[in-house]
Amino acid sequence: MIMVYKKRIDGRKFDETRKIEAKVGVIKNADGSALFKIGKTTAYAAVYGPKDLYPRFMQNPEKGLLRCNYNMLPFSGSGDRVRPGPSRRSKEISYVTENALLPVVNLDNFPNAVVDVFIELPQTDAGSRCAGICAASMALADAGIVMKDLVGAVAVGIVDGQVVVDLNYDEESYDKGDVADIPVAIIPSTGEFTLLQMDGRIKKKDFLKALDAAKKIVPKIIEVQRKALKNKFEVKNDK
Amino acid sequence: MTNKTRIHLINYLNKDIRYDGRKKDQYREISVETDVSKSAEGSARVKIGDTEVMAGVKFEVGQPYPDIPEEGTMMVNAELIPLSNPEFEPGPPSIQAIELARVVDRGIRESKAIDTKKLCIKKGELVWTVIIDLIPINDAGNLFDAFALAAMLAIKQARFPKLNGDKIDYKTLTNKKLPLTAEPVSVTVLKIGEHFIVDPITEEEKVMDARLTVALLKDNTLCAIQKGGSMPLSKEDIEKMIDIATEKAKELRKYLK
Repeated sequence: MIMVYKKRIDGRKFDETRKIEAKVGVIKNADGSALFKIGKTTAYAAVYGPKDLYPRFMQNPEKGLLRCNYNMLPFSGSGDRVRPGPSRRSKEISYVTENALLPVVNLDNFPNAVVDVFIELPQTDAGSRCAGICAASMALADAGIVMKDLVGAVAVGIVDGQVVVDLNYDEESYDKGDVADIPVAIIPSTGEFTLLQMDGRIKKKDFLKALDAAKKIVPKIIEVQRKALKNKFEVKNDK
Repeated sequence: MTNKTRIHLINYLNKDIRYDGRKKDQYREISVETDVSKSAEGSARVKIGDTEVMAGVKFEVGQPYPDIPEEGTMMVNAELIPLSNPEFEPGPPSIQAIELARVVDRGIRESKAIDTKKLCIKKGELVWTVIIDLIPINDAGNLFDAFALAAMLAIKQARFPKLNGDKIDYKTLTNKKLPLTAEPVSVTVLKIGEHFIVDPITEEEKVMDARLTVALLKDNTLCAIQKGGSMPLSKEDIEKMIDIATEKAKELRKYLK
């Protein structure tokens, strides 16, 4: 295969994410909240709970339930208006987001309760489920939920033979060569994957290379998330 | 209950035996049949052990999406009907149904199995829409692989209905088949404890840690991957699961003929 994707459309290095901004405590009403921006993709996350879960038949007497809801706001797509309300896509993303966060969240002390995580995107340019997971993981920490670690998420992939991290929309829809888009979430302390999806055409060798690129870049994203949490919670000693 | 089943299953897996006596990398007996619904333009039935599913293809015509005026569209839908499993309930599609449909959809869409550019009738005005509906008749586990196989078989068998102007004459099928460029096959690998198994039965699905569904082309190119389950996977796990899937896909591919 001839590699023609020599330079990224927006001029970034192949292993460079877009600019990331993160902040916690952005929604006063919520028990925990966060804002995570990566390039033009912006995700809010709010955590409500633990609180009683209704209807009762959904309650689990052994541990609390984590319930995530991912939603793109109507004006957040680059093309047509996004029809409000749940779609097949948003339901699936909500579901994989739950699975991405569950391994680090401990709700054993909250039987019959629920922790609701609402993820809303006012603006997107690809990578929205990953931005949502980053925001949600920070919001859960902000809410004081017992966690083993944070979770960091990013889309990696191959654009025309080249491994890239954090694909934007132009790269995701690159049509001069094969593209594979691989959203992943990683627990930084163990290097394990809690989200793994892939669309596109890719050889196993390249796929594994892309996973390595993700393992390299996620700690850097985690650093930004951690810093945002520290900004709010670190006790500053005056003396 | 499931916890005890899990311990029991793992104890046996440690001795290399599965609940139903199979090897870890062994599929149940598979049989396939096409043209099982004469009212559909293409259809297939797949049986994997006690699991039985059907796929049906219907054609519609309509306006193209404004951003792709020269392309037809395809859609995959799955309905987990209560007939096939007492745990399924009537009503709007559950998250399980949505995930199944979307994972099968991605395998077909991302491999460009159907050449949607050839589904254009009149640029910007009229294009074909191919709708693939998947339903279980009896769910005894591994709907992912059964659905993916049934979908491909139905697509391969489907024939365009006759078109009169902008109306379809469903009673008259032409000899024209769908324009195909690839034939993805899907293999799901489950992780239970330290064990990797293929073709899970319901009892195994209930106690899994994680699952990886891998759609592959003939030359082993990966075209869609989906992790499921609430436990994480290491890179080594993922690599092993892809290897198992690659091997098993060769077996499943035989049923596509």
